[in-house]
Amino acid sequence: MKETKIKIKNVSVYFGYLQALNNITLDIYDKRVTSIIGPSGCGKTSLLKSFNRMNELIKGFKLKGQIFIDDTDIYKKNIDVINLRKLVGMVFQQANLFPKSIYENLTFAPSINGIKDKTRLNEIIENACTLSGIWDEIKDRLKDNPYNLSAGQQQRLCIARLLTADPDILLLDEPASALDPISTNKIEELIYELKKKYTIVVVTHNMQQAARISDYIAFLYMGQLIEYDKTSKIFTNPANKQTEDYITGRFG
Amino acid sequence: MNNKYLLDDSIINKTFKLSKQDFWGMFIIKFTTYLIFILFLAIILFLYYNGSEIISRKFLFSSPINNGIGVALFGTIAVCIIMIIFSVPIGVISAIYLVEYAENSILKKIIKMSINNLAGVPSIVFGLFGLGFFVLILGKNLDEVLNSGLLFGKPSMLWASATLAILVLPTIIVTTMEALERIPDTQREAAYALGAEKWQVVKKVVLPQAAPGILTGIILSVSRGMGEVAPVLFLGCAFFIPNLPLADLNLGLFSIPLINPAEQFMFLSYNVFILSTQSIDLRSSLPYLYGNVVILITLVMIFNSAAIYYRYKFRKTLQDINRS
Repeated sequence: MKETKIKIKNVSVYFGYLQALNNITLDIYDKRVTSIIGPSGCGKTSLLKSFNRMNELIKGFKLKGQIFIDDTDIYKKNIDVINLRKLVGMVFQQANLFPKSIYENLTFAPSINGIKDKTRLNEIIENACTLSGIWDEIKDRLKDNPYNLSAGQQQRLCIARLLTADPDILLLDEPASALDPISTNKIEELIYELKKKYTIVVVTHNMQQAARISDYIAFLYMGQLIEYDKTSKIFTNPANKQTEDYITGRFG
Repeated sequence: MNNKYLLDDSIINKTFKLSKQDFWGMFIIKFTTYLIFILFLAIILFLYYNGSEIISRKFLFSSPINNGIGVALFGTIAVCIIMIIFSVPIGVISAIYLVEYAENSILKKIIKMSINNLAGVPSIVFGLFGLGFFVLILGKNLDEVLNSGLLFGKPSMLWASATLAILVLPTIIVTTMEALERIPDTQREAAYALGAEKWQVVKKVVLPQAAPGILTGIILSVSRGMGEVAPVLFLGCAFFIPNLPLADLNLGLFSIPLINPAEQFMFLSYNVFILSTQSIDLRSSLPYLYGNVVILITLVMIFNSAAIYYRYKFRKTLQDINRS
């Protein structure tokens, strides 16, 4: 039933002399939502950015151990990083749309992949926007400046822009932390819809959110994986005292 | 009247009225600030008052035989165009390399330092360097190698433009670097996360966003180059050339007149220099001098306002990005 999509094996991450992650081993399952929770600075984002090798843009980054995606070690020497980042897309905490029209934002990924045909492009855009539930809101204003959209719409447009690259795995780095409750709700519904098609890994600070959206939860603390289990298990009967303290809000 | 919401008169005098000392302090601060504007306005008005009479279409476009500055205007524009062709590719490409590609090393620091020092070299030194290097070494050797007689080994528009290009290179590099550095990393991350390669990130995300900022630097460097005299002094600048330095590009059926960079040329700022230092009859040449200055200053002001416009556009893009 559930297949392993990302297999993380004894991964330690260093930035210069600083160790961000210590010997993490966990399996992330296909077409499931996995949340990574933990207090600030515990290495959530470092782990997330290891999956598409975005960490390598930071100076002094070093990774020990192995990460397999579909049984391929993505830190092997002959890996095409560009293609990896297309398959493992990422959405950031702040919407980071380009200062171009909405249309150009959405065609960015297909056009760097060499798709130039207008009808093909429009098809891709419409599919991605319909999937991310924003098509009705933007279809009449594709030529507009994206900064006129609300913050929630901008974030969903970012997700739509990501889907145009046709990824397999979506990495969401606190996608709703800067949004109001209604927009947050929309993003959560969207995540629920998207997991039918994609494997999703979410970093979140919001415990209720993690409980609502995820099938599995990984709790990190000080760069260690404390507990990893089904959401229901984590919230009802955590094996570890630290996990219980964290999710009940006693620290963090 | 005793109202607790109103202040006592003595307190008002103490806190809201300026004391004599404060008044004079404020006056000096304001005066020095407004002085800049007043000086600028005074210079402009003085020049326009004296120079506006002579300015006409004939003055602008006719040859010096008919008391016009057409040849000088043409020379200035032509030199600036060739200067841009030399300096912009080198400047922008090296700035892109320094900001986007180069690792933070000692070499990068040394290069940055030399750029800043290059900006501080007096312009007359550039003029002498141009004569020594471009004309006497590069030009002479080119002539020998290409067997072209005396084509490159003489002071000409080409070498004057190249010298000006070196002069404005630091401006272009520094402004381009600033523009690139001000594009937030979140924009680069967004493109990387969509599977863009490094050169695609630079070409499709960073450069288009930084373009107005880069353009500001280019325009400012043009207005700088236009006003310089010293670098072109020894490099083919002349006070009196009756005809435009053109060469006909022969295409068989018809020929197109093009700028001939191997010729001598007239230059507006050089004209001003000669007219004000070496005029035989100052009284009769004075209106001509004023007209010359007015045209030069107008050109510089037009370019500077264009630079201001593009700077405003660049700031707006940045605000948009940072607000979201």
